[in-house]
Amino acid sequence: MTDVDDPKPATTPNPPHPPGLNAHLVVDRPPFHLDITVTAAPGEVLALLGPNGAGKSTALRALAGLLPLTTGHLHLDGTPLHHTPPESRPVGVVFQDYLLFPHLTALDNVAFGPRCQGATKSQSRTQAAAWLDRMGLKDHATTKPRHLSGGQAQRVALARALATNPRLLLLDEPLAALDARTRLEVRAQLRHHLADFEAVAVLVTHDPLDAMVLADHLVVIEHGQIVQEGTPADIARHPRTDYIAQLVGLNLYRGHADGHTVHLDPGPAITTTENLTGPAFVAFPPSAVTLHRNRPTGSSARNLWHCEVAGLETHGDQIRADLTGELPLAADLTTVAAAELDLHPGASVWATVKATQTHAYPA
Amino acid sequence: MTSPDTTNAADTVRSGRRHDRVRPGIPLPLLLPALAGLAFLLLPLIALLVRAPWRSLPEQLTSAAVWQALQLSLICATAATAVSLVIGVPLAWLLARTEFPGRGLVRALVTLPLVLPPVVGGVALLMALGRNGVVGRWLDSWFGITLPFTTTGVVIAEAFVAMPFLVISVEGTLRAADPRYEEAATTLGASRFTAFRRVTLPLIAPGIAAGAVLAWARALGEFGATITFAGNFPGRTQTMPLAVYLALQNDPEAAIALSLVLLAVSIAVLAGLRDRWMRAA
Repeated sequence: MTDVDDPKPATTPNPPHPPGLNAHLVVDRPPFHLDITVTAAPGEVLALLGPNGAGKSTALRALAGLLPLTTGHLHLDGTPLHHTPPESRPVGVVFQDYLLFPHLTALDNVAFGPRCQGATKSQSRTQAAAWLDRMGLKDHATTKPRHLSGGQAQRVALARALATNPRLLLLDEPLAALDARTRLEVRAQLRHHLADFEAVAVLVTHDPLDAMVLADHLVVIEHGQIVQEGTPADIARHPRTDYIAQLVGLNLYRGHADGHTVHLDPGPAITTTENLTGPAFVAFPPSAVTLHRNRPTGSSARNLWHCEVAGLETHGDQIRADLTGELPLAADLTTVAAAELDLHPGASVWATVKATQTHAYPA
Repeated sequence: MTSPDTTNAADTVRSGRRHDRVRPGIPLPLLLPALAGLAFLLLPLIALLVRAPWRSLPEQLTSAAVWQALQLSLICATAATAVSLVIGVPLAWLLARTEFPGRGLVRALVTLPLVLPPVVGGVALLMALGRNGVVGRWLDSWFGITLPFTTTGVVIAEAFVAMPFLVISVEGTLRAADPRYEEAATTLGASRFTAFRRVTLPLIAPGIAAGAVLAWARALGEFGATITFAGNFPGRTQTMPLAVYLALQNDPEAAIALSLVLLAVSIAVLAGLRDRWMRAA
């Protein structure tokens, strides 16, 4: 570790750090470079969202102290932690595949942390039993991890991390190891437990739904950099990269606004209701797109593009059409509509979008 | 264990190119040398059984000299294994879990006794710990401790030869074990040593046991380093292999009887090991 901006000797006061998490994480592992700043208040749940390889897990390991910072700092409730070894950090981690100790019972797994912190064997077991009880796992205290279901193992892992009374709880893809059905249930439980947690929780995930359901604040990371952050609703409404737009299911374009028109570069212009000038994003949901086999006449829609069907995908009772041509876009329509239009890959279609259904915002 | 295979193989040879019932497609150029190899390994052991003085065996085996040698062998091999465990397991952890300059060289040096002729090991031990040895001189003049030609010397010679087996076995198990369990332990407040003691050690216990049995078997059969460093004094440093060698000069029947005892112990170890490996796998 070099150049870590350590607090200076006692003569200069520590930089003011409010309670909660204040971190500037820089990790250099050529060719990979992570450089992000994250802050969170106590009680807040922060989600690091990003595609695989974006640096989310690196950030999490750096927060836990399992990976040294190349430079930067990490303050928790005003205390600098970047030189503190992982075992001395008030940080709890729920690992992606939980890493429950296979030779210990659920109870002893949870008691491990308190025991390491100096509690006696019986004290630590009493605490562990209380945590298991809280997680609804009273009957599984003597069960070895390999006999636990995925959802149960997840709760034991959460109990084990919380039993050390961490000031920072880290969750690495907490739902990734679960099947779709368990996931729904565990997600709801996890949300409940995170709501009860009074310190900072940081969640790493590539699943936007997990992030939006569980977190108060989203930090989107791509290529080791923060590309956007905000509340889940804010990010869903104003995506700033293709990755996020795809995640939240929006068509997203970048261009130059001139009044009610955004000129895409390259591409056609899109008419919007917002009045903007300068670089801007335009977004609209696939459901806002109407398809026609023939060029519509007398349509009030100002946004009309000639496209070709590149692919069709079924989502429940909806069909999502992937269109190329004048403007690449995704369109949702009902199965009935798709049949009436005789849609098939290669078919030529006209797409219209009403200006009122688009949403433009400054880039 | 091998007899069904042998009969099957014999059938193959006799039935020539017939492919029904027998495993098809074992080429003769492989099968014949394989059978020769098997015979080569088994024949001496069978000969030992054939020539065993079965009638006088009980008498041979109950003699005080045999018991003395056997007892000494078991005690020394067990002590050498214990020494190997205490210093070998941490060494294996160091090699498997840490990065330091020259780690590859250290690893090669650790395994050197595996390939070094044991007699050379014995001479080297004398140079180090002998009465005039590099370290032994000080042990003698400061503490009055003399190691060569003592029972302790036997333990040292055996541990020197046997420990690499344990280190290599445990290092392999450690490398196969997921290091993230140790990370999980440290995030729970465990120091690296606590993580090793409470998490890693129980996880690699089967590998340690297998390595310990290997080392014990190697120590039990140790000859070259022992006779060089510790000599051949009955009751003090004369272990079973030494007794066998000595008996062969004067009393071949006794040598065979002693050999049978070692063979029995070896088979017992093998059976125990196989069980371990099955469970570890």
